[in-house]
Amino acid sequence: MLIKSERARGVLYQALLLIAVGGIVWYLLSNTLHNLASRGIQVGFAFLGREAGFEIAEKLIEYDATRSYAHALAVGLLNTLHVALLGIVIATVLGTLLGVARLSNNWLLARIAGAYVEFMRNIPLLLQLLVWYGMFTELLPGVRQAIKLGDWVFISQRGFRFAWPEAHPGWTAALWALAAGLALSLVWRAIARRRQAATGAQWPMALPLAGFIIGLPVVAWALSGAPTAIETPVLRGFDYQGGKVISPEFAALLLGLSTYTAAFIAEVVRAGILAVHRGQTEAAMALGLSPNQRLRLVTLPQALRVIIPPMTSQYLNLTKNSSLAVAIGYPDLVAIANTTMNQTGQAIEAISMLMAVYLSISIAISVFMNWYNARVRLVER
Amino acid sequence: MFRTLAKTLALAAALVAPAVALAGPTVDAIKQRGALRCGVNTGLLGFSAPDSAGRWNGIDADFCRAVATAILGDPNKVQYVPTNAQTRFTALQSGEIDLLSRNTTWTSSRDATLGSVFAGTLFYDGQGFMVKKSSGVTKAADLNGATVCVQPGTTTELNLTDYFRSKKMTFKPVVIAELNQIEQAFFAGRCDVYTTDISGLAATRLKAPKQDDYLILPEAISKEPLGPMIRRGDWELLTIVKWTLFGLLEAEEYGITAANVDKMRAESKDPPVQRLLGTTGDAGKGMGIDNDWLVKIVKAVGNYGEMYSRNIGPLGIQRGVNAQWRDGGLMYAPPIR
Repeated sequence: MLIKSERARGVLYQALLLIAVGGIVWYLLSNTLHNLASRGIQVGFAFLGREAGFEIAEKLIEYDATRSYAHALAVGLLNTLHVALLGIVIATVLGTLLGVARLSNNWLLARIAGAYVEFMRNIPLLLQLLVWYGMFTELLPGVRQAIKLGDWVFISQRGFRFAWPEAHPGWTAALWALAAGLALSLVWRAIARRRQAATGAQWPMALPLAGFIIGLPVVAWALSGAPTAIETPVLRGFDYQGGKVISPEFAALLLGLSTYTAAFIAEVVRAGILAVHRGQTEAAMALGLSPNQRLRLVTLPQALRVIIPPMTSQYLNLTKNSSLAVAIGYPDLVAIANTTMNQTGQAIEAISMLMAVYLSISIAISVFMNWYNARVRLVER
Repeated sequence: MFRTLAKTLALAAALVAPAVALAGPTVDAIKQRGALRCGVNTGLLGFSAPDSAGRWNGIDADFCRAVATAILGDPNKVQYVPTNAQTRFTALQSGEIDLLSRNTTWTSSRDATLGSVFAGTLFYDGQGFMVKKSSGVTKAADLNGATVCVQPGTTTELNLTDYFRSKKMTFKPVVIAELNQIEQAFFAGRCDVYTTDISGLAATRLKAPKQDDYLILPEAISKEPLGPMIRRGDWELLTIVKWTLFGLLEAEEYGITAANVDKMRAESKDPPVQRLLGTTGDAGKGMGIDNDWLVKIVKAVGNYGEMYSRNIGPLGIQRGVNAQWRDGGLMYAPPIR
């Protein structure tokens, strides 16, 4: 009998499940469309091409109110990525330092790190963001009473404004040279490793790398005219003009996200380091490796295997938590999508776009971290 | 944001429910429930704001009472649902509320594409600017380069952009959804200017640490007719809401007040007054409610003029365009007969 075959039954059950899920999805979709139509609510994504008509305070690409909703949403997406990427970097550095500090033999240092972790991760992030934002807007002086550090830095409720080099091709050239230098360094390191594996001879690292990363940009900058003009902020009208500015909204969100997530990362790092058996360190000592080499070559590579999967979750959390920006007025993707939703009334479309975008960002981070995880995984021979 | 999400989920839930369940007319549902679900502002003095005892005050809240009185005969049978600028339409679309009475501007796109319709204008407003007196700004033309606090998802946000664009001026927006948060940011000095409807500016100024420090600029940069909104297709409810509004205006026009309504009903020989108060004619019955509907409404909340002076008066805003047409205002109700 076919029904007695385990394989056939398996296929049958799976087919039934698939049909049931498909049926539910179809039912929900057709009902939604029917109800939307019967209430006279327009559906579709045609609104994306219409003029947005609202301003956005912070933008990484050109934008003004005459651009389309799609363009406005792109500005919001870049703002989200901007704060998420910087937040991930800061949270990782701060979290690693805290995690190591908590394992330190120094009693005071370990206790401070422990207190930080317990304090930060047990208070809701939204509250922390409101506190940071409140500090920037309530405690900092008004724009006319700005705290001045020479002619270079001005700190007020309008944000941290600082002098910045005037736009010049020389700076662009230096940036490209820096990118080239970083690429060259990677190549150099790869060649050096292969040499060491083949012959045992160690190539010099510090000097060539410094040459690539610092020397190349300096040369490029000097060759393309060596621009030195600096634009200093000047108080004109309501606010300082010129230079660069970090807004209180961005600063509060970045600090809030990274200090909060750092507490979780600290615990991940601590767990990773504790997971490496003490015998490994002792073996490394027996081989005569220096403390620095022990950490770099023996402890960390093994700790990373434990650290990376939970670290991925923390990065995903930080990215998704950045949507709390709406509470403090940073124009992230959710804020722009909310405004779009209200101006156009296209709630279902806007929310489904939001879901799709966050899903894509999260999957991209996961894919990258899985790739990295595969690289540092213990290769068993 | 969580509230927006919750409302959207509620909308999604309502939309995926079987179509038959939605067919029931809202008026029947209100009668069955014994309460009108009314969407109001989370807290705007003069329009809808809860007092220390939890009672909702303001002209929008009073209008909820008037409609509840028309349908259920009792001004207390209202369930107030606080909504912010972003959640109000989804709350109405999803059926969470029956009536949106929340200083909402009547525009063509809101009338046409949101699956809802406006029933009239309860208050003619206009968008204005408020600044700190110490800034030295006295007119809107001085605002070039200013940082402006504004709520997202509002016509205010669009008018602001239009105004600065047409004057070839620039501004930096600070966009926060919650009213209390944005007022806090403005008072703290994060922005040079706070912009919303002039009535809203006056209400915000009442909350300022020192009211005299703030100045509302003389210019109104937009037309903001604020009115009640209901779902498209609720024609019975539309008729009741519309004529509740007109009834309040008619009552003022004929001098019927909360104090004299019983006396007028018993003694007046004026035919329009008799029709209004249901001693002759069937104005109420035609709408499926009691003939003495307007008597109960005026007893509960007064006529339009009384609602205005009780709620908007304390903000220091004159009647202006909101006066009766006989007094040079825009308030003109079609006859009840």
